[in-house]
Amino acid sequence: QLSLFRFTVKRPFSTSHSSVDSKEMKKFQLLAHKWWDEEGEYAALHSMNDIRVPFIRDTLLSMRSNYHLGNPLSGMKILDVGCGGGLLSEPLGRLGASVTGIDPVEDNIRTADRHKSFDPVLAKRIEYKSSSLEEIVEESMETFDVIVASEVVEHVADLETFINCCSQVLKPEGSLFITTINKTQLSYVLGIVVAEKIMGIVPEGTHEWEKFVPPEELEHLLESNGFSVKTVNGMLYNPLSGSWSWTESTSLNYAVHAVKAGARAQSHPTDTPETAPAQHSATAATA
Amino acid sequence: APLRSAASAPPLYDVVVSGGGMVGSAMAAVLGHDIHFHDKKIALLEAGPRKNYDHMPDSYSNRVSSISPGSATLLSSCGAWDHVCSLRLKPFRRMQVWDACSEAMIVFEKDDLDDMGYIVENDVIMSALTKQLDAVADRVEVFYRSKAVGYTWPLPSHSCDTSPWVQVELADGRRLQTKLLIGADGHNSVVRKEAEIKNIEHQYDQSAVVATLHLSEATDNNVAWQRFLPTGPIALLPLSDTASSLVWSTSHDHALELLAMDEESFVDSINSAFWSNINHSDFIDTAGAMFRSAISLLKPSGTAVRQLPPSVAKVDPESRAMFPLGMGHATEYVQHRVALIGDAAHRVHPLAGQGVNLGFGDIACLAHHLSAAAFNGSDLGSLKHLLKFETERQRHNVSLIAATDVLKRLYSTTLAPLVLLRTWGLQATNALPPVKVSI
Repeated sequence: QLSLFRFTVKRPFSTSHSSVDSKEMKKFQLLAHKWWDEEGEYAALHSMNDIRVPFIRDTLLSMRSNYHLGNPLSGMKILDVGCGGGLLSEPLGRLGASVTGIDPVEDNIRTADRHKSFDPVLAKRIEYKSSSLEEIVEESMETFDVIVASEVVEHVADLETFINCCSQVLKPEGSLFITTINKTQLSYVLGIVVAEKIMGIVPEGTHEWEKFVPPEELEHLLESNGFSVKTVNGMLYNPLSGSWSWTESTSLNYAVHAVKAGARAQSHPTDTPETAPAQHSATAATA
Repeated sequence: APLRSAASAPPLYDVVVSGGGMVGSAMAAVLGHDIHFHDKKIALLEAGPRKNYDHMPDSYSNRVSSISPGSATLLSSCGAWDHVCSLRLKPFRRMQVWDACSEAMIVFEKDDLDDMGYIVENDVIMSALTKQLDAVADRVEVFYRSKAVGYTWPLPSHSCDTSPWVQVELADGRRLQTKLLIGADGHNSVVRKEAEIKNIEHQYDQSAVVATLHLSEATDNNVAWQRFLPTGPIALLPLSDTASSLVWSTSHDHALELLAMDEESFVDSINSAFWSNINHSDFIDTAGAMFRSAISLLKPSGTAVRQLPPSVAKVDPESRAMFPLGMGHATEYVQHRVALIGDAAHRVHPLAGQGVNLGFGDIACLAHHLSAAAFNGSDLGSLKHLLKFETERQRHNVSLIAATDVLKRLYSTTLAPLVLLRTWGLQATNALPPVKVSI
């Protein structure tokens, strides 16, 4: 709580349009030290790596011509927004990318820094900053090849501002990956009632159904902010096996891959592939 | 936040393999040649000195292994099989297994004229693996004369200041850290003991006598022979047209006798073991003959042609040796940041010729999961994929180890009912293609 007040005092423009929701921050602060327990509160996020990392990796590889399978993301600069304890930053770093992980909760950054510090390769490849997305925009215009915002947009206060900032820090033709939860009756029953209150898959109070984002709304916001949506895939969590899989339906969880418009007016065939890149994606389900 | 100074910490490896025998060396070589491990650091710890395999002696070594086609494929995947082929090996097409107490026999051979397996000297396999390890020396560091004396295990979900890695202490005081420790250090595995993994073990009151034998006359020699004597199975494994390797599992006392007797008596014992019918009884022979005619009524093409094993003329001096036999199975193959492979995980009786093949099977499975984990950017020591390896291999290994143990006990007796059971069982199995194929 103390760090929250310090945050408000230090940053005068936190009262202007900010995508950070202070109530949300408080929720995550309490669980800051639980990130790396693979069987603990964040178990579902750990196992989500099994589908989101290959999704990101294969999509990016399909857009590259020059890569080595031993270091597939080498040379890529990735921004992990809402990185938490670094659960997604670390695998991306291991695959060779230079990762910048940002999160408004200082305790999360502290946990992430400590966890990566034991591995010299990761310690060099990953940099963590306690910050909101808006705060880094000025110094990071068109800096990143890739942005990943996984399980984040359902927690932000202003989604349009968020997407706009993503666009600003992303290079032309850069990729944006989002995973989030749809706003449906099903997601209320399964995502809130069952997941939080009954089965405890997610700590209670983590999510607010009101802030869930339907894919149509997300796509619309992306397209009107200079992005071209390439892939939308449904994701399904099986609580019995503790594992995620891809699915046709986007009524619960889903993943999106969007590409920022290029600097050039003309687009070459190799630059913006129209076909769904990820091998395991079913049909590119839109509405 | 205060960052741990990496400079003072012992060197960190992605994988440390403890034990530089055939299985440990192959594990390191396979990972070293895996594309997804291109930028990883692997260490192989071997307590003994580096051996010079440049010159293969003309005489055969007395330690050989029966290599299955699956194992050959694994060795191929890291480029070692080519070296084996260019050194020496003996493919065999057929296995004849029979009982000393009856006429019952079972023959294994492939329908197509493919090789069933290969008899290869262990030194040849080591020479090939050493070459392939040298080829990836930028990724795989081999530490010779480096016995690991202590391991420190991390806590599963690590707290603030303790290292999340496994700490390894060598005899000379050097220390290493690793994200995954693979124990390939044999049936008395230190890794397994230090990890406090319970091991179900049983010493057979048998030892295996090995020797290199010279046949009375040159022959195609592409058949592996095994006869079950009441004291234990005797096997003749082909090395060349004129030489075969002996593996004779028998009581400790008999093994000592065999080692002590002069060469002529030794050769006589072997020939007598393969040819003598002293253990037959009229009762069993009649019962067996009856069963055989019953089968031929139902299935005319019943049993295969019985070949005669070659007779032995000489034994290589200095080639006789013996080693005790036992059975063992670890209750767990994996723990957080630890995996056991080969004899460290399971030890079998040589009667099935499976020992090292089980180890190579472990390697194929573990390497598959580690390769996928590396390509997913996962923490290599994570139980998630280690448990998949354990499940797959235990499922495969347990039934084979149990069956081998049962066979060993079943064939260790002359009691009529059990002999009858196994005689009929063997005859039935020989006549039924589906059962034979699955073996």
